[in-house]
Amino acid sequence: MTLAEFFSCSLLAFGAPIVMFAMTVATDPVRIIIMIAAAFGWLLSFLLSSLVWYAVVPLRSYLIFGMIFAIIFQELFRYGMYLLLRKTEAGLKEISENHEIGSNKLEMAYVSGLGFGTMSGAFALVNVLADSIGPGTLGLSGGTEYFFVTSSAMTLCMILLNTFWSIIFFSGFDEKNYLKILWVIISHFFVSFLSLLNSRELYAASILPSYIVLMITSYIAFRCAGGSSKTFIQSFSARS
Amino acid sequence: MSESGSDLDATEHTALMDGHIAEARPDRELAERIARKRKTKSDNQRSYGSVEQIEGGPSGASIAQQPRVPAAPVEPQIEELELKYGARHVIKLFVPVTLCMLVVVATISSINFYSVKDVYLAYTPFHEESPYASTKVWNALANSMILLCVIALMTVLLIVLYKKKCYKTIHGWLILSSLILLFLFSYLYIEEALIAYNIPMDYITLGFVLWNFGVMGMIVIHWKGPLRLQQAYLIFIAALMALVFIKYLPEWTTWAVLAVISIWDLVAVLTPKGPLRILVETAQERNEPIFPALIYSSTVMYCMAAASPAPGAAGTVEGEGRDGTEAGGGEAGFDAAWRERRDEGAAPRRLRVDSAPPRYVTRLDPPHAPPHAPDLDEEKGVKLGLGDFIFYSVLVGKASSYGDWNTTLACFVAILIGLCLTLLLLAILKKALPALPISITFGLIFYFATRSVVKPFADALAAEQVFI
Repeated sequence: MTLAEFFSCSLLAFGAPIVMFAMTVATDPVRIIIMIAAAFGWLLSFLLSSLVWYAVVPLRSYLIFGMIFAIIFQELFRYGMYLLLRKTEAGLKEISENHEIGSNKLEMAYVSGLGFGTMSGAFALVNVLADSIGPGTLGLSGGTEYFFVTSSAMTLCMILLNTFWSIIFFSGFDEKNYLKILWVIISHFFVSFLSLLNSRELYAASILPSYIVLMITSYIAFRCAGGSSKTFIQSFSARS
Repeated sequence: MSESGSDLDATEHTALMDGHIAEARPDRELAERIARKRKTKSDNQRSYGSVEQIEGGPSGASIAQQPRVPAAPVEPQIEELELKYGARHVIKLFVPVTLCMLVVVATISSINFYSVKDVYLAYTPFHEESPYASTKVWNALANSMILLCVIALMTVLLIVLYKKKCYKTIHGWLILSSLILLFLFSYLYIEEALIAYNIPMDYITLGFVLWNFGVMGMIVIHWKGPLRLQQAYLIFIAALMALVFIKYLPEWTTWAVLAVISIWDLVAVLTPKGPLRILVETAQERNEPIFPALIYSSTVMYCMAAASPAPGAAGTVEGEGRDGTEAGGGEAGFDAAWRERRDEGAAPRRLRVDSAPPRYVTRLDPPHAPPHAPDLDEEKGVKLGLGDFIFYSVLVGKASSYGDWNTTLACFVAILIGLCLTLLLLAILKKALPALPISITFGLIFYFATRSVVKPFADALAAEQVFI
C-alpha cells in the first residue's frame, strides 16, 4: 500500500518532467549538460538562501522570511543562467553536433528552466517520497491523509512553473520587455505565498490558484516561444 | 587485438583492456588538415578533442612529427567532425559515472551490511572510537596518511617494475587482483544481497552463477568481448570497490582519505617529478601500450596488443598502427597499478579484511580515435580511470548512508559538474589531467554544506508544505 503510494506520488510529480526530459533533452548532449548546469545553479541559490535562513537564528521558525530570500536568490540565479547562456552561445554551438542549437533562442531557456524545476522539485519531494515507502499511515494521529498527494501535486506545479518562468524570463530580457520579467517574479511570489496556506490544510485555496497561475504562465510562455493557435494545431499533426 | 578483416565494421568487439587507445589521426592527410584548421580557428572555438595532443606528445608518432602544412582551404566537413565529439563525450562519461553511483547508492540503502562497521582494514589502525572530536580528527588524518603512504609506495613499486620491464609480474598481479575482485568480492556481495532480501539459494546454484559471472568478467576485461559488457563489468567492479571502502573505512577517515587522495592526485599527475607523470612519459618514450588497463573507455579500443609486451607484437597487430600511443598506454599503466594495490593481501583473514586500497587512477584522457579511421564519422572515445569512478561513488555512497536524499542529490550534481569542468579543462589544455580534484572538492563542499545548512531548511519547508 505504501509502495503504491510511493509510485503514484513520484509519478504524479515527476512523470511529466521525466517525459519532457526523455523526449527533448536526453537526445542532445549539450542540452543534458545545460540542464545539469541549471540544476547546479538552482542548488547554489538554495544553498545561499539556506545560509541566510540558518544565519538569522531568531527568524528560523518563520519560514516566510527564508522563503522570500529563497525566491530572490532563485530569480538572481535565473538571471545568472541567462547571462551565462547568452555569453556562451557561440561556444555551445561549436561543441554541439546539432547545428540548429541556437536557432530557437528560447531552446536553452526551456532546458535551463527544466533543470531548475527538476532540482527544485527533487529537493522538495525526495525525502517525502522516501518516507512514503516506510511503514506508516497518514493522518492517524492528526494531520491530513492527503499530505503526500498534495505535496506531489504542488511539486509538479512548481517544476512546470519553473520551466515556463525561465522561458518568459529569457524572452523578457531578450526583448527588454520588463512586463514579462515582472510577471515571473510576481507569480513566483504569489504561488509561494499561497503555499503557506498548506500548513493549515487549505489545499483548495492553495493548489487550485497555483494551477490557474500555471495555465496562464504556460500560455504566456507559449506565446513567447512564438506559438499561436495555428502552430498549436499543427503540433498534433504528423511530424515533418 | 585489433579487428582483422573489415575494420569498417569493427564496432562490437573491443580489444579491451589493453588500455591503449590509439592516437587520434593515423591518417596523415587528415591530421594535416586538422592542424591547419586548428591554426585558423579562434581560441573560443576549441574542440574537445585533442588532435593537438598528437603533435604535442613526445612519442615517436609519425603523425606527431608531421610538419605543419600551411593553411589550405578549410573543409567544413572536417571542422564539424573535429568539434563534434565535444558534448557527446561528456555524456559518455556522465552515464557510466551515474550508473556506478546508482548501484552504490541502491546497495547502501537496501543492504544493511555495507553501513555496519564491524571490522576494519589493516591500513587504518585508528578506529575513531573516542567520543572526542579532536581525537577523531587526528585518527582520521593519521589513517589517511597511512593509506597515502601505502598508495605512494605502490606507485613507486609499479614504476620500478615498469622501468625494469617486468611486465609478466605486472600482468600476473593484475590478473590475480581482478580474479579476487570478480570472484571473492562478488560472492560476498551476492551473499549479503540474498541475506538482505531473505532469499534462499543453494550453493550449487550460487557456484554456477558465480563461476559464469567471474569467468565472463575475466574474459571481457582482460581479453575481448562486447563493449557494453566490458563497460558493465567495469562499472560493477568499481561499485564493488567503492562499497568495500565505504564499509571498511571509519567515518571521518573516509572524508579525510577523499581529500588527501585528491591532493595526491593533483600532485602526482601535474608535477614534473610526479610518479604518474613519470609513468606516462616512460610509456610514451617506449611507445607501447602496457598492461590490460582498468580504464573505462567509451569506445572500442582497436589497437590492442597482446598481453606480451614485445614491441614487435605490439606494433604489428593492426595495420594502421598505433602511431604514437603514449598517453593511452600510460594511463593503462596507472590503472593496472591501481588494481595491483588492491590486491595486497586480498585474502580475508578472520578478524580483518586486508584488501589493498585501490590506487586511484585519475587520468582523464583526451579523446582518441581508433587508429584505423577511414570513415570520418568514426567514434572517438574518451577514457576515465576506474579509480575516479570508485572515489566518486564512495563520496556519493557515503553521503547516502546518512539517510538524507537531499545530500545525496547535491553531491551527485556537484560531482557531475566537477566532471564537466574537468572535461572542459581537458579540452582547453589538451593533456592528461587528474579527474579527482575538482569533482571531489565540489562534492565535499556540497556534502558538508547541504548536510549542515540546507537539510534543516529543506526539511522545514517540506514539513510545512511550503514551496519556494
